[in-house]
Amino acid sequence: MSVDKDTVRRIAKLARIALEEERVEPMVQELNGILAWVEQLEEVDVEGVAPLTSVVAQKLKMRDDVVTDGGDADAVTANAPLGEDHFFVVPKVVE
Amino acid sequence: MPLPANPAELTLADARDALRARAISSVELTRTFLSAIEGARGLNAFITETPERALAMAEDADARLANGDGRPLEGVPLAIKDLFCTRGVRTTAGSRILDNFVPPYESTVTQNLWNAGAVMLGKTNLDEFAMGSSNETSFYKSAINPWRAKGSNQDLVPGGSSGGSAAAVSAHLCLAATGTDTGGSIRQPAAVTGIVGLKPTYGRCSRWGIVAFASSLDQAGPMTRTVRDAAIMLQQMASVDAKDSTSVDVPVPDYEAGIDAGVKGLRIGIPKEYRIDGAPPEINALWAKGAEWLKAQGAEIVEVSLPHTKYALPAYYIVAPAEASSNLARYDGVRYGHRASNASDIIDLYEKSRAEGFGAEVQRRVLIGTYVLSAGYYDAYYTRAQKIRTLIAQDFARAFEQCDALLTPATPGPAFAIGEKSNDPVSMYLNDVFTVTVNLAGLPGISVPAGLTADGLPLGLQIIGKAFDEATVLRTGHAIEQAAGFTARPAMWWAS
Repeated sequence: MSVDKDTVRRIAKLARIALEEERVEPMVQELNGILAWVEQLEEVDVEGVAPLTSVVAQKLKMRDDVVTDGGDADAVTANAPLGEDHFFVVPKVVE
Repeated sequence: MPLPANPAELTLADARDALRARAISSVELTRTFLSAIEGARGLNAFITETPERALAMAEDADARLANGDGRPLEGVPLAIKDLFCTRGVRTTAGSRILDNFVPPYESTVTQNLWNAGAVMLGKTNLDEFAMGSSNETSFYKSAINPWRAKGSNQDLVPGGSSGGSAAAVSAHLCLAATGTDTGGSIRQPAAVTGIVGLKPTYGRCSRWGIVAFASSLDQAGPMTRTVRDAAIMLQQMASVDAKDSTSVDVPVPDYEAGIDAGVKGLRIGIPKEYRIDGAPPEINALWAKGAEWLKAQGAEIVEVSLPHTKYALPAYYIVAPAEASSNLARYDGVRYGHRASNASDIIDLYEKSRAEGFGAEVQRRVLIGTYVLSAGYYDAYYTRAQKIRTLIAQDFARAFEQCDALLTPATPGPAFAIGEKSNDPVSMYLNDVFTVTVNLAGLPGISVPAGLTADGLPLGLQIIGKAFDEATVLRTGHAIEQAAGFTARPAMWWAS
């Protein structure tokens, strides 16, 4: 399997990464280089093999459904590139 | 024990003992390293130096030591990979997108180290988001390997992603450093800088507060100059943590006490699939020598098979980017990190902030990850890779029916030149061919410096153990260390 320019534009859109038009073709080449290399996985017989979901044999832990943290809006918004009164400010999203 | 003229020559174990005996103060030791760091800026090992914090922590440590209530690492100066969030100290992950990020919280592993009395010297350089094997993808430019080939002035990479930590330990800029290992990012840089690097079992150390790359593979571990120092560090780094549901509640044994037990009676497996075409003959020769050393100390050497080894790296390059594309979705230019100017709407803001904030390798991996997880491709790529991961884990389980630990080379070659492999992603990825299997199966592995190439560059041997059997990994690594008697040092060309 390989990707073409349209596919690269589509996945860049899904990944929310702006891709200048002149970078599309080089990216096609780079991704296809990697995809051609991973193609060798098709040689492996995986019939009846369960996908690995956890390397450690343990049950996912449950915790009590209680508040353990919070109430610190200053710390939460301290790194915001643009903020006001503990809100994150973004460009207008509703016309 | 008489102190060396330069306290930076001390191992962590000896420094700890000297601090306890009040033969040296933490402030004195910390000043020694701060001045070594200042003199070694040409190595670009640190992204952020924290001298004021270091001296304040050292003074506190000295007060405790004076009262006789020093903790296990009281006054020990460390370097921290800039992937561990440190409260109030900029944490970049080597990325422009986090260039101005100051965490309001502390990672569990670093908190454990401070609770044990350790002192932070600064934050070390790394590949962007730990994605790389040479440190060259760092937004802050590559750290430089203290080692150079005989008679050469060419700068070499320190390996990656924990390249800054490796360079700092190798150049004696700290007693030890933290690293993280997703596909070899502790063991590979350790091997090519002539130091010890230990990746613990997945779940041994908490991942909380470590900037996430691939959550099912990431694991923190120590980078040190001796195996004993690695044991001492791991002892404090390891913990079960309510904030990381994948951290495991298994008792932390006294690792240091166990390292001298020797390898008599241990069965050491040699996986035949690790003999790869095109590896320099020095690698295989060193590997054979390693087996001889262990045999001479009473271990039994057995040949084992890990038949799916060759599929580990390609499977990794599906699983890791898939998880990365998901983990890195949080960088949106809204809540923290770099934000593009002149965005016309919210989507434009996301797309421009991420395009400006992520470097080329990170963008490549996020796109690959997005592709293999996208509708119609998920089963062909991601599910298949996870099935192959099961086969790799089964290979190890079968091998460990015949042996207690495995001995392999750590890397397919020594350090290479800056720029030598950066144009071909796949050739760069191949640096992790011997380390990545261990991450896919969640096992512990250590790289121990074991010899030099004809050009005088360090090479490492790797010991792989059963899950949560770091004790045997350390004990066998210690046996290799003693037999190898690795005392070579890089010429201090960087010191100003």
